[in-house]
Amino acid sequence: MIAKLPWQSWLALALAAVAAISLPIVSADPGFGAATSLVVFALVLIGAAVPVLARSAAVEAVVLFVAAHGAAWLLISGIAGHEGEATRAFFLLVAASWLIAWRLATVLSAMKPRSREAGWVLKLIVPAIFGVWILIIWEAVTRGAGIPFILLPPPSAIGAKFAANLSVLAADVRQTIFKAVIAGYAIGCVSGFAVAILADRFLFLRRGLMPIGNMVSALPIIGVAPVMVMWFGFDWQSKAAVVVIMTFFPMLVNTVAGLTAAGHMERDLMRTYAADYWQTLVKLRLPAAMPFIFNALKINSTLALIGAIVAEFFGTPVVGMGFRISTEVGRMNVDMVWAEIAVAALAGSIFYGVLALIERAVTFWHPSVRGG
Amino acid sequence: MTALRNSVPVIAILLLIVAGWYVGSYALNAPFQRDLDRRAGVTSTPWEFVVKTMTQPKPTLPAPHQVAQNFFENTFLRKVTSNRSLVYHAWVTLSATLLGFAFGTALGIAIAVGIVHVTTLDRSLMPWIIASQTIPILALAPMIIVVLAAVGITGLIPKSLISTYLSFFPVAVGMVKGLRSPEFTHLDLMHTYNASKAQVFWKLRVPASVPFLFTSMKVAVAASLVGAIVGELPTGAVAGIGAKLLNGSYYSQTIDMFAALVAGSVVAVMLVLLVGLAARITERLMGARPA
Repeated sequence: MIAKLPWQSWLALALAAVAAISLPIVSADPGFGAATSLVVFALVLIGAAVPVLARSAAVEAVVLFVAAHGAAWLLISGIAGHEGEATRAFFLLVAASWLIAWRLATVLSAMKPRSREAGWVLKLIVPAIFGVWILIIWEAVTRGAGIPFILLPPPSAIGAKFAANLSVLAADVRQTIFKAVIAGYAIGCVSGFAVAILADRFLFLRRGLMPIGNMVSALPIIGVAPVMVMWFGFDWQSKAAVVVIMTFFPMLVNTVAGLTAAGHMERDLMRTYAADYWQTLVKLRLPAAMPFIFNALKINSTLALIGAIVAEFFGTPVVGMGFRISTEVGRMNVDMVWAEIAVAALAGSIFYGVLALIERAVTFWHPSVRGG
Repeated sequence: MTALRNSVPVIAILLLIVAGWYVGSYALNAPFQRDLDRRAGVTSTPWEFVVKTMTQPKPTLPAPHQVAQNFFENTFLRKVTSNRSLVYHAWVTLSATLLGFAFGTALGIAIAVGIVHVTTLDRSLMPWIIASQTIPILALAPMIIVVLAAVGITGLIPKSLISTYLSFFPVAVGMVKGLRSPEFTHLDLMHTYNASKAQVFWKLRVPASVPFLFTSMKVAVAASLVGAIVGELPTGAVAGIGAKLLNGSYYSQTIDMFAALVAGSVVAVMLVLLVGLAARITERLMGARPA
């Protein structure tokens, strides 16, 4: 029966055993209460043993979930006030509970849910557990080992900074995203699209532009940022200009590629209908190009944010995400920088997510969306 | 003959761009030149005026020949150890790029192998790898540089860390695709040979993934260069293409900035071509027939 334990459990048990030898958990005097320590050990033992005890995978998953996160929670909340005083036992126990969480992820990945909704939930939960554990380990290590705040602040401190500076962050988002990124993104994508249609119409233009467009995608275009700041001044217009240049070529190349995606059969059909160029374009070739166009829109969403933020390193009015990052780094307010990066990550993900949703609605006919 | 016919439109468009550039540099530099002339009380013929707009020491938009001249002087006429030499700056950036690219490629391959073989990793890591690319991670660059400098790590490593981060993603995604590209019938064939997992990996999956690897490495090496250049911006680094850009923007040395941009582009194109060459050589060594 014991032999059936998975390797994560064995390792977790071994770590817990070593931890038990190297107690206490915190070296300072009013450290962990004996009761708390006992509960942590009990949770780890339960988590390690449950793979052989539980009858069904669902029960096992629930017990593993409670054990791993309960232990982690107790450890992290117990360390408060004792930053940097954690002993080996603390880290061993964190590692043991992480192994239990790994076992949980393994169990969840192996599940074969019957309904589609359950499958979706599982697909979200497994990566979510991974993300949460990155935060847990980050928090435990920075606080446990007392890593200098400047080097890497714990996530809880970043969260507190985030909550305390909402108005500043909102002003930065307004300046960088709602002014520079949106304007530049719209102009860049629309003009890239327009030139792509022109290039599609005139073969000569396509033959000339395509090699150039492909080459430009390899160039460090971001380097034009200082030039644009010099031309268009410190305000958002110069950032929008950088974004326009960065988003133009991906849109051009992808749209031209997409316009060749419609098959010969369909084009022949349009010919038998006596459709002219524009009718064929609007009714057949543009819809067929949509997956490519959305691919470009998604690539551009990240490029636009990067362009605007990096351009702000070269000079801005005293607001904006890039400005905040570069000044707060200079003042060693690292938690504020992380908060700003969290905002950028959030904005980037939302931007991308919205595009992905629109794509699903527009390309509902595509095999990758229908799941066929 | 076909090569010639294909290059005609490209050359035509390039000439058009250069012509447009000249017009643009006249238009952008003219107001300042007019102002200058008025103050000096000089009246010049239209042609002299055009020439003057193209020979300013700090033009708003330098004319192509000014950039070309600056690029030529700083590339070929200076000793490569001089800190005015573009070769020197390009080398500083290139070394960070290559180090970061090597790390990034190794990391990407390792992650891809893990993802293909361990279901748990596939389920939990893959979404995060994709999500990590929707984040404007270049925003992290100043902090990585400054924070590592605070602990005493400066120079090549911080810059190449940024390059690593930017280049691992294309490789990881491309390799996952590549390692999974063998068809079911091929896997079945290996099964009938009673091949072990390791044998399937080395004899089927790895060879099948090579074209994918090189395609993604082309993207990765370009991203890596961008990472190294941006990594040079926040600290006011003394050497490198990014530093050259930053100095140019401090002192309004537009010609220097454009020459640095050209140097960066040349490096990028060379890197991509090198990866392409490596791809072709590898394919030939593996016995691929030229298509």
